[in-house]
Amino acid sequence: MTKGIVKGIIANLVLIEVDGPVSQNEICYIVKDDVKLMAEVIKVLKNIAYTQVFESTRGLRPGDIAEFSAHMLEVKLGPGMLSKNYDGLQDDLNKMEGVFLKKGEYTDPLDADVKWQFKPLAKPGDKVSGGHWLGEVPESWIAHKIMVPFYLSGNYQVKSIAEAGQYKVDDTIATLTNTQGKEITVTMVQKWPVKIPIKTYKEKPRPFKVMETGVRTIDTLNPMVEGGTGFIPGPFGCGKTVLQHAISKNADADLIIVAACGERANEVVELFVEFPELDDPRTGRKLMERTIIICNTSNMPVAAREASVYTAMTIAEYYRSMGLKVLLLADSTSRWAQALREMSNRMEELPGPDAFPMDLPAIISNFYSRAGYVILNNGSTGSITFIGTVSPAGGNLKEPVTESTKKAARCFYALSQQRADSKRYPAVDPIDSYSKYLEYDEVIENLNKLVSPTWVDDVLLAKNLLLRGRESYEQINILGDDGVPLVYHDRYWKSELIDRIILQQDGFDKIDQSTPMERQKYMLELILGICRTGFEFESFEEVMPYFIKMVNLCKQMNYAEFKSPDFHRFESELNETVAERRVK
Amino acid sequence: MTTQAFQRIYTKLQQITKATVTVQATGVGNEEMAMVSGRLSQVVKIMGDLVTLQIFSGTEDIGTDAEVVFLGRPPVLKVGEQLAGRFFNAFGQPIDGGPEVEGKEVEIGGPSVNPVRRMQPSELITTGIAGIDLNNTLVTGQKIPFFADPDQPFNQVMSLVALRAEADKIILGGMGLSNDDYLYYKSAFENAGVLDRIISFVNTTENPPVERLLVPDMCLAAAEYFAAEKNEKVLVLLTDMTLFCDALSIVSNRMDQIPSKDSMPGSLYSDLAKIYEKAVQFPDGGSITIVAVTTLSGGDITHAIPDNTGYITEGQLFLRRDSDISKVIVDPFRSLSRLKQLVIGKKTRADHPQVMNTAIRLYADAANAKTKMENGFDLTDYDERVLRFAKEYSLHLLAIDVNLEVDDMLDTTWSLFRKHFSKAEVGIKEEFMKIHWKE
Ligand SMILES: Nc1ncnc2c1ncn2[C@@H]1O[C@H](COP(=O)(O)OP(=O)(O)OP(=O)(O)O)[C@@H](O)[C@H]1O
Ligand SMILES: [Mg+2]
Repeated sequence: MTKGIVKGIIANLVLIEVDGPVSQNEICYIVKDDVKLMAEVIKVLKNIAYTQVFESTRGLRPGDIAEFSAHMLEVKLGPGMLSKNYDGLQDDLNKMEGVFLKKGEYTDPLDADVKWQFKPLAKPGDKVSGGHWLGEVPESWIAHKIMVPFYLSGNYQVKSIAEAGQYKVDDTIATLTNTQGKEITVTMVQKWPVKIPIKTYKEKPRPFKVMETGVRTIDTLNPMVEGGTGFIPGPFGCGKTVLQHAISKNADADLIIVAACGERANEVVELFVEFPELDDPRTGRKLMERTIIICNTSNMPVAAREASVYTAMTIAEYYRSMGLKVLLLADSTSRWAQALREMSNRMEELPGPDAFPMDLPAIISNFYSRAGYVILNNGSTGSITFIGTVSPAGGNLKEPVTESTKKAARCFYALSQQRADSKRYPAVDPIDSYSKYLEYDEVIENLNKLVSPTWVDDVLLAKNLLLRGRESYEQINILGDDGVPLVYHDRYWKSELIDRIILQQDGFDKIDQSTPMERQKYMLELILGICRTGFEFESFEEVMPYFIKMVNLCKQMNYAEFKSPDFHRFESELNETVAERRVK
Repeated sequence: MTTQAFQRIYTKLQQITKATVTVQATGVGNEEMAMVSGRLSQVVKIMGDLVTLQIFSGTEDIGTDAEVVFLGRPPVLKVGEQLAGRFFNAFGQPIDGGPEVEGKEVEIGGPSVNPVRRMQPSELITTGIAGIDLNNTLVTGQKIPFFADPDQPFNQVMSLVALRAEADKIILGGMGLSNDDYLYYKSAFENAGVLDRIISFVNTTENPPVERLLVPDMCLAAAEYFAAEKNEKVLVLLTDMTLFCDALSIVSNRMDQIPSKDSMPGSLYSDLAKIYEKAVQFPDGGSITIVAVTTLSGGDITHAIPDNTGYITEGQLFLRRDSDISKVIVDPFRSLSRLKQLVIGKKTRADHPQVMNTAIRLYADAANAKTKMENGFDLTDYDERVLRFAKEYSLHLLAIDVNLEVDDMLDTTWSLFRKHFSKAEVGIKEEFMKIHWKE
């Protein structure tokens, strides 16, 4: 085992002189009094290992001893992760004592003493390799697959497998033999280095299945797909976190992993408080039962912030290998990029744009590429849908993190300061934002089958009306209300109708906050019906009050229970209003 | 400070810059405190046997033969009930002529609260200022700055907020505070008869700028003592965080770090987050609320300091002079309290959220109408009405000299709606219309 001696300390960068071999990304522990501080090797120069310490380095001294572990930063994978609150290094935060975090306190991510009801799926003689399902245990409401450790990539044979019954995670549940007859024992736990993708699947086709989020501006206008990627850039306070939380509450996924990366602790507390109370709209169980929270808030050590997104992704990959639909949300990926920048500056590396490391685009695109829809070796499918937020400096989208992410992610949900300022929430800009998936033939087909045969055409029409409305608005602003033809007012107000009824959604209203696809279809068709109607106006002054009235009625519909008496009452009042000025 | 037995003394300085010195020494811990020629300093970098120290009061006049004494401990503050009513400098030494505080020594800049042990903030803070209570409600455990140009009366507003907030302790952290402003706070607290609840750590413009770096941590160490151990509601006022950041950049530039945007250190976000995230609601009832001031230059919020601050804090309060009513108002567009939804409509009347949003939407329409007017276009009847509404709204609600109960703020807004608009134009949920729209 390699040992080392601390030689230099600059904030959380610690230089260690080593007495043996070390590898890049190897984990070591610096022994300080009676605690051990975890650190990761990020550069080696002759016999000096440059390490980033995952803790405060206050009080460290030259001469302190370091022990190298011969492995990279790993997570521990097994049943019992659901509903847990982890820090960026996968320590179970609930197992830590006291109100304040203690340096060098690492806790078990799994529960060693809990017994799980195991059911074998494989039998002796089966030919298996990494990722093969050997058995399953019920974890909350999912069938948690116990798999052949991912690192076993060759051919193995099941020699024995445990009978159905109660087992702890560390109990042996199978023995395998390799081609040379060497035996390997398998428990319900395996470890995996977070920076290496888990690739025990057969293929990764283009995603095609639409994934509902309940957020209209996404589902209707720029849909997300199972296994897709997207990002939400926006200046501070424009609604990135609220939007992600809304998605996490309503999305049609088996499992949600929320990585709070370098953001506010109170926002995570909100999840801790709400999720155990809120119902999952699909299963009726509590939201917390399908959620894992990885929490490295902005005041927690910077290096662990970088680790947190990888920890989250690796856990997502693990569950994807069980054939589950995983949604991974990270808020904010900019904080992770900043963590990289802090280290790179301390190491005096040649900086790229805005002092970010040169390889930032590659790091971001590698990370996004770990998401995706996969077909497993047994023919089942699983997916990781990844949506990250980006916090651009000064709200300017021409900055390295936004630009690099734009190249890597397929959906772009740009939040606009102007919309947020006028409380048009969610502040997703309908014109600048896009979903590349809307161009995929297989997605179009899926949507038209799922929603209605003309759905995608309707959506494109709505987008076009929004664009025309904005153009008319600009003309009105330049030429004045009476300097433009009446039809400009009509166009502008039709786009306002789409904006205020379809796009704007009250994230804090019980009913409006989440809209099922069926209701989205109903409302879009209703609104487009009005947009297709020709209205008679004598002068532009009549346009606004008339549309305001319709907007108001539609809004009341949005607040009412779908197809309830109230809903229909507002709808028939709306129809009467439409009839008033309809061109005969 | 007296020399103790374990202290090691070194004399040969290898390097002197404007803010740091480097000395050959062994057995020194990272972030350890030291005295260099009697000046307090802190270890910021160790490379082999070369130790770099940041000297808070600057390196003027320090010679290569200066005496360096390591104190064998990180920066600390003595905490106890005796802190109450006292004024200290950035090092925690009394500046009010009173005795040294007796109490237990705690490290400043200590560990973070485990997120799962935090409670969700849920207690309303009322200030009487409608621009805050109505539109940007504050909650205990929140962290929020005023964004204001230097000529705005932020110190007055902040002291108002502090005095009306009903906190058990108010801790004032002054960074680069002018002597006049320092005396203003002192007399404001004195006149209100609350001096026994106040604790101040002050670095004035007369003190060296780098000393400021200690002020937030000093304040928060004291705050944690009262909030975590005594379960008190503590309000921490930090002014001016822009000057704190300037001091950060002085140090990092002198240590040859590569600056990122606006010559601020690349770690600015983390440095500020460490301070602001100390705001917390503890499980046993104590809380730390942080209200700060970040001065802007020419209203520019894209500058790295307000920008990073906005990404960390739970909203911001903008002060702006409204020329229509010639008063300072809390700008409803750029201001935001992100924790308001935890209390509005729950701890306050149920119509609060909708009334607030509707008023702001109408106020935005007024801004559009104003642009139209300025561009020389004819105004519609609606334009005229929103303009009249906006002026009254500004005068009766947004102005910082307003002092009302929240229910009165809501009623005032309803009466303005009623006066200027039709039901459809207001567009509030029917259930609230029924109760509050008085025909
Ligand atoms: N859909 C919404 N409905 C109502 N209010 C919203 C909505 N989205 C955002 N807001 C308001 O905007 C505030 C800020 O939103 P949020 O915290 O999501 O911003 P953010 O973009 O994540 O900011 P930061 O980058 O600083 O984290 C919220 O506290 C809320 O008041
Ligand atoms: Mg956010």
